[in-house]
Amino acid sequence: MLITRRAEFSASHVCSQSALTTDQNRELYGAAANPNGHGHNYVLEVTLEGDPDPLTGMIFDLKTLKDVIQKNVVEPMDHRFLNYEVPPFDKIVPTAENVAAELWKRLEPRLTGERARLKNIRLYETEDLYVDYSGEVR
Amino acid sequence: MTRVTRRYKFAASHRLNSSALSDQQNRELYGKCNNPYGHGHDYVLEVSVAGPLDADSGQGVSIPALDRLVNGQVLRDFDHKYFNADVPEFLQDLVPTSENILRVIEDRLSANWTKVFQGDWPRLESIRLQETKRNRFELRTH
Repeated sequence: MLITRRAEFSASHVCSQSALTTDQNRELYGAAANPNGHGHNYVLEVTLEGDPDPLTGMIFDLKTLKDVIQKNVVEPMDHRFLNYEVPPFDKIVPTAENVAAELWKRLEPRLTGERARLKNIRLYETEDLYVDYSGEVR
Repeated sequence: MTRVTRRYKFAASHRLNSSALSDQQNRELYGKCNNPYGHGHDYVLEVSVAGPLDADSGQGVSIPALDRLVNGQVLRDFDHKYFNADVPEFLQDLVPTSENILRVIEDRLSANWTKVFQGDWPRLESIRLQETKRNRFELRTH
């Protein structure tokens, strides 16, 4: 069985590589390469998979799930400029793909329980663009 | 491996009418969709692409490149058009059902894929077409 919890955070970012020229960055990242940055209302969907505990009827305590997301993602990232304020995005480009992978890295160790495991991270950068990430091996 | 999904919109009209059937049979099979003057929808197209994360770019796929492909191959020809009269694939016998529209979209994207993306990755995973909020069609390509 799957359960999905949704959370939101608002943050700014800029997608560019210092090794590339302005034109190359523009070609690769489009408007997201604007040097001064821009922002999104990111929407995160965290999906766990597991069998419900016969006693509690739950796969994972939703309150705990909410707290884990809040503490490890929303608090450090909400109303921040990712490139300047949220490592590792001082070193890697905060594309939706990289942000989704970073969310996985932060959440996966904390969401693996006796009955549940992290199945998928879906990150909406806008309503028209989202990324699914489910770890290195799929 | 990441899967990136991009959503696009186009407004188009169509008429469902099979040349292999009589007028009466077409009315019975397609109902309102057989209206002789056609009718339209605000279609929502979702394109899912999978690929390994490139360490330098942080991307599984370049969004501007995907946008160029979909704009050039699909949206430019479909948006604000009448499928039955404006889109070459539907001028003869092919009925512009959402199933057939999905097939045409897949053909167009696949035929032009390597002009935009060289190498094994990224690859087209799935395309979904929402005709109205109450129905959605999906074609899985991998």
